[in-house]
Amino acid sequence: MTTANPTRSGPRARAARSTVALKAVMAVTGLIMVLFLLAHMYGNLKLFEGWTAFDDYAHHLRTMGEPYLPYGGGLWIIRVVLLASVGAHIWAAAVLWARSRRATGGRGGGRYESPRARRGVQRSYASFTMRWGGVTVALFVAYHLLHLTSNTIHPGGASSSPYERTVNGFEIWWVVVSYTAAMLAIGLHLRHGFWSSFATLGANTSLRRRQQLNAWAVVVALVITIGFLVPPYAVLLGWVG
Amino acid sequence: MNVTLRVWRQENGDHAGRMVTYPVDGVSPDMSFLEVLDVLNERLTLAGEDPVAFDSDCREGICGSCGLVINGVAHGPKELVTACQLPMRTFADGEVIEVEPWRAGPFPVIKDLVVDRGALDRIIQAGGYISSPTGTAPEAHSVLVPKRDADAAFDAATCIGCGACVAACPNGSAALFLGAKITHLGLLPQGQPERRSRALGMIGQHDAEGFGGCTQIGECTAVCPKGIQMHVISRYHRDVLGALRHRDT
Ligand code: HEM
Ligand code: SF4
Ligand code: FES
Repeated sequence: MTTANPTRSGPRARAARSTVALKAVMAVTGLIMVLFLLAHMYGNLKLFEGWTAFDDYAHHLRTMGEPYLPYGGGLWIIRVVLLASVGAHIWAAAVLWARSRRATGGRGGGRYESPRARRGVQRSYASFTMRWGGVTVALFVAYHLLHLTSNTIHPGGASSSPYERTVNGFEIWWVVVSYTAAMLAIGLHLRHGFWSSFATLGANTSLRRRQQLNAWAVVVALVITIGFLVPPYAVLLGWVG
Repeated sequence: MNVTLRVWRQENGDHAGRMVTYPVDGVSPDMSFLEVLDVLNERLTLAGEDPVAFDSDCREGICGSCGLVINGVAHGPKELVTACQLPMRTFADGEVIEVEPWRAGPFPVIKDLVVDRGALDRIIQAGGYISSPTGTAPEAHSVLVPKRDADAAFDAATCIGCGACVAACPNGSAALFLGAKITHLGLLPQGQPERRSRALGMIGQHDAEGFGGCTQIGECTAVCPKGIQMHVISRYHRDVLGALRHRDT
């Protein structure tokens, strides 16, 4: 028996555009970005191995895959995958956000007259911050790329050495403060997002599994947040310079 | 005990509603919440006023008709009970209690505290039939069901379709309801032949009705009177995504 329906309004086509499919896109693209963040964090920690090691690493990113890939080719492949992931993630978030607003008269969890349960019964702070927190993270990423990748803005002084650019930037307190705020936003986003992505993809099979996935989400969020905050504070406090 | 009810009054879908305050005295702590509404309605009727419209049927927590948001929480502050089984001793003497209808785009208010939950019925309908022989009951051992599956299917089947999960969800999603229905049939041998088409049909209808998407927050599980757990949501996601991977569905 088949219920296959080739039209755009058939059950298959409807399901392919459904909230579940969109959420699966968010989950897969979110996890790709998490993998990237882990690799990126590892790279940042090379700062502690000194100027040459850090700059060598940055250079290495551009020569990986040679001679099969041209100079910078490997990095560009990663950039394209990441850009596509960011784009798809934000697009799906926007579509789902709009559907949630429509389903709740634009008022989400605050749609009742009674003010007594505006924060819900059991929901986490991290779950509240997914959408605006995500926007914060996206703005930060734009700023961060202009600062350390394209070298367009250079608080503390420009340099052709990635090591020097990083140190120059993080010797300034307000750069570190804004960076800290962004890392906390990422930490919260991943605290809920990591668990949510696995649950979305079908891995939450029991109460025990739910607890395990949430525990992993806390670990991943803490590792990424702390791992990214160590280098800037080391620079600010003069441990690296 | 005495309580003050603040109740949502709305003539019908075309009129705006508002909260109206009614003091109710002589309430026994053993009354259910709906019985207090009965007392209020008796007095309103005797005074020639319009009684408060609300849904109820079994009044023993099994039919899913009653549904009130009490003090901002679907089915009120006590866990694992429906509004009809919520005893007044849950509240303090003299408490002001706010009573509102379920709120979600797909649940339009009909009058006062009554909403149209037909959207949930249409989701069930979109799931289609199951293949099961009718006639005399089959021999009990002819199709074996592992005990774990039987128990899990039964747990999911306790969903009474009240819609509290939607009322509580910050996204206005019916994911917990949908998950309970898909899990209950999907775990049993009788549910296997149409498992994929059922998942596709039901999620399509869910979205077409205007429910939002699940973001795994879990407010639904905090208010579900039957204690349905979030893994039913993961399970229906798996069925939908699995069905989408199979071209022949
Ligand atoms: C404009 C930028 C972003 C927006 C608007 C955004 C928004 C969202 C939203 C609404 C969710 C679903 C929330 C939920 O399940 O409760 C989500 C999930 C997620 N986000 Fe983002 N996000 C953004 C950027 C990022 C970035 C840069 C990362 C990189 C690590 C990321 C990683 C994740 C992960 C892993 C998930 C879990 C996927 C899922 O819930 O299925 N997001 N995001
Ligand atoms: S899952 Fe729970 S809250 Fe939702 S309809 Fe079923 S019984 Fe009601
Ligand atoms: S009236 Fe039947 S469940 Fe409350």
